[in-house]
Amino acid sequence: MDSSTRERRIAEHKKRVNLIFKKCVWDDFLDRALEMSPEDMLEKVKESGLRGRGGAGFPTWLKWKFAREAEADEKYVICNADEGEPGTFKDRAILQEQAGKVLPGMLVCAKVIGAEKGFIYLRGEYAYLLPALSQEVENFNEKIREKGERFSIEIKLGSGAYVCGEETALIESLEGNRGEPRNKPPFPVSEGYLGKPTVVHNVETLVYASIIISEGPECFKSLGTSDSAGAKVFCISGDTDLDEGIYELEMGMTIKEFVELFSDGDIKAVQVGGASGHCVPRKKFADTIIGFEGVPTGGSMVLFNSSRSMYNVLHNYLEFFEEESCGQCTPCRIGCQQLLKGIEAVKSGEKPSEYLDDLVKLAGMMKISAKCGLGQSAANPFISIVEHFREEIMY
Amino acid sequence: MTQKQLRIKINGDTYLMYEGQSVLEACRSAGINIPNLCYLEGVSRRASCGICVVEIEGARTLVRSCVTPIREGIEIFTNTGRVRKARHTNIKLLLANHPRNCLECDKNRQCELQKLSDDLDVRDTSYPKIRKKHYDIDASSPSLTRDHEKCILCARCVEVCSQVQSVDAIEIAERGMEAHVSTFFNKGLDASECVNCGQCLLVCPTGALMAKHETGSVWKAIDEPGRHVVVQAAPAIRAAIGEEFGFEAGMPLTGTLAAALRKMGFDRVFDTQFTADLTIIEEGNELISRIKNKGVLPLITSCSPGWIRFAETFFPKLLPNLSTCKSPQQMFGTLAKTYYAEKMNIDPSKITVVSVMPCTAKKFEARRPEMNSAAEYWRNKGRRLPGGTRDVDSVITTRELADMIRESGIDFARLTGEKFDEPFGISTGAGTIFGATGGVMEAALRTAYAELTGKSLKDLNLKAVRGMGGVREASVDINGLTLKVAVAHGLKNAREVMEQVSKGKSPYHFIEIMTCPGGCIGGGGQPVPATTDVREKRIKAVYSEDESMPLRESHKNPAVIALYDEFLKEPLSGVSHSMLHTEYSRRDLYPGI
Amino acid sequence: MSPEDLISRSAEKHGRERKNLIPILQDIVRENSYLSEEAMVSVARELDISPAEVYGVATFYSFLDTKPLGKNIIRICKTIICYMHGQDEVIRAIEDRLKIKLGETTPDGEFSFLPTNCIGHCHKGPAMLINDRVYSSLTPETAVRAVEEYI
Repeated sequence: MDSSTRERRIAEHKKRVNLIFKKCVWDDFLDRALEMSPEDMLEKVKESGLRGRGGAGFPTWLKWKFAREAEADEKYVICNADEGEPGTFKDRAILQEQAGKVLPGMLVCAKVIGAEKGFIYLRGEYAYLLPALSQEVENFNEKIREKGERFSIEIKLGSGAYVCGEETALIESLEGNRGEPRNKPPFPVSEGYLGKPTVVHNVETLVYASIIISEGPECFKSLGTSDSAGAKVFCISGDTDLDEGIYELEMGMTIKEFVELFSDGDIKAVQVGGASGHCVPRKKFADTIIGFEGVPTGGSMVLFNSSRSMYNVLHNYLEFFEEESCGQCTPCRIGCQQLLKGIEAVKSGEKPSEYLDDLVKLAGMMKISAKCGLGQSAANPFISIVEHFREEIMY
Repeated sequence: MTQKQLRIKINGDTYLMYEGQSVLEACRSAGINIPNLCYLEGVSRRASCGICVVEIEGARTLVRSCVTPIREGIEIFTNTGRVRKARHTNIKLLLANHPRNCLECDKNRQCELQKLSDDLDVRDTSYPKIRKKHYDIDASSPSLTRDHEKCILCARCVEVCSQVQSVDAIEIAERGMEAHVSTFFNKGLDASECVNCGQCLLVCPTGALMAKHETGSVWKAIDEPGRHVVVQAAPAIRAAIGEEFGFEAGMPLTGTLAAALRKMGFDRVFDTQFTADLTIIEEGNELISRIKNKGVLPLITSCSPGWIRFAETFFPKLLPNLSTCKSPQQMFGTLAKTYYAEKMNIDPSKITVVSVMPCTAKKFEARRPEMNSAAEYWRNKGRRLPGGTRDVDSVITTRELADMIRESGIDFARLTGEKFDEPFGISTGAGTIFGATGGVMEAALRTAYAELTGKSLKDLNLKAVRGMGGVREASVDINGLTLKVAVAHGLKNAREVMEQVSKGKSPYHFIEIMTCPGGCIGGGGQPVPATTDVREKRIKAVYSEDESMPLRESHKNPAVIALYDEFLKEPLSGVSHSMLHTEYSRRDLYPGI
Repeated sequence: MSPEDLISRSAEKHGRERKNLIPILQDIVRENSYLSEEAMVSVARELDISPAEVYGVATFYSFLDTKPLGKNIIRICKTIICYMHGQDEVIRAIEDRLKIKLGETTPDGEFSFLPTNCIGHCHKGPAMLINDRVYSSLTPETAVRAVEEYI
């Protein structure tokens, strides 16, 4: 099957969804949304079953509820556009094509929690989006000011640090500090930016929030599974011959369905969720659901065909973490170093293959004792790749 | 206000604990020790080491007990397999990047990492060493050395430097595997804002931060035939030296200290308290003179060399507010090589002055270029002392002294108390309390009151200036003058007071500033640990010592009176100025930038 | 504009609060490609914080370089996905063209060629940034042509 045939098949696939990238006019929406009470908005988002699209999947409405109930003179909404997970590029596409839907999502959230200030934290690598996005934000600020809203949005640029995708690290960075994740509790919804209640959402989450408010929760809720409601934007890369990498699909597909749709079939593993995600081997494709009941993902789906060395893949990921760990906590800072050094030592014969078992234990310990979500998930690729491709790591 | 109590469970047992406590504190109150390497009560909540983890019912991951508050009904487990394994693993990870040459390390047997590995029975160090970037040991400072190889990145030093001292000379730089504690651009500490206070090394769990050692030069002087080695011991030493030899904190051991110094082989065993008394006379008169002559006020004390460097760095415009008096250590050094040498007819070039100080900044102070008044004195008399002669030759800390006592084979605990030698061994209670925050102020007020009224204070215990409050103030009525004073300890508190002075809003006549929390008894040269509790006990020892002294006002010190008669003539005289007073200069950081 | 003017103007624009440290550092990097010691000390003075803190923050972020870099900065993605699509040939081609190795700066100070982590063009790898511009689906030929745009 050539790639254009495949693209046509994908376009017609029953799981293909067109919510996010659909063209629409936002003026009416804003008017409708602004007439709605914050309670109504919160209720709609709750009903939709929307969970955070960055990967961790925290129920969106709960974040809003906590921040809404927190008492403070100032509150903040932050759009997390620090998309640094290797294999992820959907937020860039959304911001390029549909910034008009992200900003209303921020406004809706702000209305619910009572915030007057919003930030978009845009990763430094996407600085080229700035001119268009700034214009968009300026127009939006102007438009809602005319409608009597006090909310306004400002863009802040990141400076090249993967860990700033972690929400408390992002807040630290916004405050002018090293992007080191904070201790939790307190969570940002009670003490976030400048110590004030703050909701941080992935770009995609905000767009879905807009859509849910505008079109009603049904459009979202009717899709997906009970644990993983709605749809999701997937970024497909690796061994696929498709030109486009971005597809909005209903949640709950198996990896088998996925691979059949997006590749020529010679796929031995899929890395779901980027470098910090899980590696699923072919034998598990059929019974692995992409979603919170199976393997969750922030969108990244990297396909590896049978010619690929999983040692190289793992080595590359570990190098990434060794460098991108913020470096504050022992398990992540030294753990990542040791995992990397460890597979090198086993490969070279310096350490026996049983050493991999020690390293798997170490990785398991990192998962439960690293301070932040990123440190904890840095162990994921190690555990899953070593489990399923042990031979490749050894020889 | 009564604090709310919460019902919690620890390892299955129910306890009532106060709201606001952390899991770690609650467990400690319940008698369960939770090990940690980075937590620092009231200062650091970085929670980076990962050692203090515990299990909380319902939590997916382990939690860091030092920063997790308790809540009603929380169920804590401190001794599960997961907890033990996680602690083990994290220590092993730290050890992988840590040198194993404990025998060569100054922190040997006092190292928290070493102790914890032993306590937690970590014997297997199978992870290979990986440290990607090598940094040379920073030995630029006269007071401290920093060895990156031994650093476990707990960042206690960074927190103390910032939260307690507001100096911010060090910060974590780079990230991931490259992360390390750094001064600006990894320039040496001496080029940085560092004030040499050594509070960082008191909290360093390993040997990454150490005081510069001078024991070698001291032994060399003692061993040299014909050399007259005099030692002075600062007030704060006696309140803490016992801790090095198994005594409870807060036991004053003045006599034992004098005996030990004598047994070590010093030719004369003197007391810095003598020059502390002298400082009070000079500084008290300086204060009175500034008030009478409408000089620059508030007058600010100048005994604490960390504070001096801090002022020179951060408040250069306020240097005229500083008392021109040298610190007691430096007055002693000058007098030992001038007055004492003449009086005893000893060749000044044969005299070595050793200080035992609670302080790492004193090492820096002794090396300040202007601290060579004795050489100047002799030059004016037509005699050249050998090049490089310093008023004070070597400065050792309380810890170094303890090392030397042990090396001498002296059984410190069994020594019989002895007296300091005359003439510089005679002192008053006012000199003693120099070791505690508020002590210089109290001593000065005792003397200033007497000077101005002709009689002693009714109650010599000026409780208003005592205590551990960061900034304390008091006013004393002296013959119709209401003297307003303030005391600050810890440089963050000092900064606050100085900012007020800077804005011209300071209501005080006289301010005492000590660099270290608790004053000199909490100095960077003192025994570890130096927790708040230990510092408070040392302060108590200082005041009890004061109360036990027959003389408690500096101007009544007969040796000081004799010194004026024989040598200085009168306070603030020309001789005093050249011998006992000094100048300060603006310290430009990163010159040329 | 003198570095001092640049910094004080930037501090004026963003505000002299700690939270504006990174935007100020970004302004300097945009202008001078890296943060010199002098620049960091000036920023510390403007914001009344310690130079060590500025240094700590600057060295945390990959794009706030503290060593001199070339006028044009090429950052090539080193993630596995770009590697799978021939990134090493692209690197070699650029190295050959500029006569420097990855990680180096040309002697004339025109180019720095640096590896970077994922830049979000995985479906069109290999990808690289030259200054703020993206070049994706690179071949050795298109990569060299892209670089030549800046010569």
